[in-house]
Amino acid sequence: QKVSVEVLEHLEHLALVDFRDWEGVERLQKAICFADQLHEVNTDGMEPMDSVLEDRCLYLREDDVTEGNCTKELLENAREKVEEYFVAPPGNIPLPKLEERETFLQGS
Amino acid sequence: ACSKRGGAVPAGKSGIAPWIPVVGLEIHAQISSNSKLFSGSQVQFAAPPNSLVSFFDASLPGTLPVLNRRCVEAAVMTGLALNCSINKKSLFDRKHYFYADLPAGYQITQQRVPIAVNGSLSYSLCIDNKMSQMVTKTVRIKQIQLEQDSGKSLHDDTRCQTLVDLNRAGVGLMEVVMEPDMCCGEEAAAAVRELQLILQTLGSSQAVMAEGQLRVDANVSVHHPGEPYGVRTEVKNINSIRFLAKAVDYEIERQIEELENGGTILNETRAFDSKLGCTVPMRDKEGKQDYRFMPEPNLPPLILYDTKSLPANMNHQQVINIDWIQERLPDLPSVKREKLVEQYGILPEHSFTLLNEDGLAEFFESVVKQTQMKPKKVIGWILNDLLSYLKQHSLTVKESPVSPFLLADLLNLLEKKEISSTAAKQVLAELWKGEGKTPLEIVKEQKLELLWDQKELEQICQAVIDGQENE
Repeated sequence: QKVSVEVLEHLEHLALVDFRDWEGVERLQKAICFADQLHEVNTDGMEPMDSVLEDRCLYLREDDVTEGNCTKELLENAREKVEEYFVAPPGNIPLPKLEERETFLQGS
Repeated sequence: ACSKRGGAVPAGKSGIAPWIPVVGLEIHAQISSNSKLFSGSQVQFAAPPNSLVSFFDASLPGTLPVLNRRCVEAAVMTGLALNCSINKKSLFDRKHYFYADLPAGYQITQQRVPIAVNGSLSYSLCIDNKMSQMVTKTVRIKQIQLEQDSGKSLHDDTRCQTLVDLNRAGVGLMEVVMEPDMCCGEEAAAAVRELQLILQTLGSSQAVMAEGQLRVDANVSVHHPGEPYGVRTEVKNINSIRFLAKAVDYEIERQIEELENGGTILNETRAFDSKLGCTVPMRDKEGKQDYRFMPEPNLPPLILYDTKSLPANMNHQQVINIDWIQERLPDLPSVKREKLVEQYGILPEHSFTLLNEDGLAEFFESVVKQTQMKPKKVIGWILNDLLSYLKQHSLTVKESPVSPFLLADLLNLLEKKEISSTAAKQVLAELWKGEGKTPLEIVKEQKLELLWDQKELEQICQAVIDGQENE
C-alpha cells in the first residue's frame, strides 16, 4: 500500500520535511511497513502506554525565579536581530504549491 | 439583549423563523506566579525584550520541562471554585504548529485528560438595564487545562518583518472552556466578568485584560429552533469585556443577515476590529489546522491526592492535596455578596455593584464602621454620589479624593441633623476638590448649618414676606 501524493504533500506542509526524491519516499514506506508490525500484537483490553515514564513521579518545582537574564547569549543564535528582538519574516511563508515546486514529487 | 426575548432573536425582514444565537467561550487566564510553567524564568509584564527567557523557553536543544507546583495549585483552586471534578491523574500533550513566537514548534498543553472537568459558573444579569431586576444564569464549564503561553510578535509592516520577544513564552495559562450556553454579548460579558472576579479573589490570576492576563475567544453560531446548531465562527482579538459584548453581538447580526440573504457561514476564524466595531476574516489561518497531538514524552502523568489517598511516606513538597486546597479557598464573590446583604440589609443589586468596583465594598464597610447612619442609607451615598463622581472623572476607588473617613464625617453631620441632605451634597461637591478641608469647616464656610431656633426662623420668613410685599 503506497503513500499517496496528497498525504506526502500534507506531511511536508505540516512537518516542514522535504522528502526530496524517490529514495526518501521509499524510506518512509519502509518505515511505515516496519511500524505496521505492531498491529500483529493482540492489544485487546490493554491501555496504551505513551511513555516509559508513566510510573515515575512527576517532579514539582518550587515557584522561585532561578533562570533568565541571558539576553546576550540567546541573541548570539539569531541570524538577525533588532534591539534585542529576534527578527522573523512577517508571517508564515506558505510552502509553494505542488505545481510550483521543482522537487521530484511533481514528476511522480 | 437576548435575555429580554428569552434567548431567541425574532424573525428578520423576510419573516423567516426566529434565530437562536449560540455563544461559547475559550478563556485563557495567565497564572499569577513568580516563575513560568515549566522553567524558572520570571513572569513579569513589561521587561526588556528577551530578558526573562531561559534556555528551555528559547527551545534550545538539551532542555527539559520541569513543572511549577504553584501553577498546579492555581489550576486546582480555580477548578474547585468553578465546581469542577478535579482529575487526580491528568496528562500533558504537544500541540504542533509553526509560528515565530513558538520556538519549539509545539505548545505543551492538556488535550486528552485536563486537570479539571465538568464545572459551572453562575452569573447575574440585569433585565432591561434596570438594576432592580436581576436574573441568575449558569454556564457549564467543560474543562480547565494547564498550558504554555507563546511569545509576543510585533509586526513591523514598513520593514516587512516581525520582531519576536520571548518573555511571555512559557508563562503558565489556565484555559477555561465554557460550553455554548450563552446567547448574546451581554451574557458572555457577564460570565467573563464573574470569572474575572473569581480569579482575582482566588489570586490564581490577576486577570487584567489590558495586560493580556485574560484573553477571550468567542465561538458564535445561529440556528432556527428545533434545527441542529449552525456553522460556528471563532472570534479572536477581543481586548476588553465591553468589546467582547460588541464583538459577539456584531457576529450574531452578521451571521443572521448573511443567512437571511441566502448566504452561508464559513467555519473560519475572525478578528474583532474595535475601531470599526465589526469582525473581519483573519489572514494567516488557512483552512483547518492539523495539530498532530501527541503525548508529551518528557512528563509523566500529573497525580493529585486528597486526604484519603495521601501517600504516607512522600516528601510533602511533592504532594498536592486537593482537600487541603479546598479548605483554604477564600469566600467567592457570590458568597461575599450574600454576606453583605445579610449583614447590612442592602439589596442584592447593591452588593453586586459593590463587588463590581475594585475596592468599593471595602470603602462602604469602612464608612459604615465610622458612622451612626444606617448602612441602608449609607449605600445610597456610596452608589449614587461617590460612584457616579468617580465614574465621571474616570477615577478608581483607590484614587478617590474623598476618603471613607471624610465621607463618614459628613454623613454623621447629616445624621445629627446639623445639615440638610441638600447641604450635604453641596459639602460633598466641595470635598471632591480635595483641598483638605473637613466637612465641618466647609459647612461653616458656606453657612450651611440647619437652623432649629424657632424665633430666628420666624424672623427670616418675615423678612422674605416683607421683601415680597414691597415689590
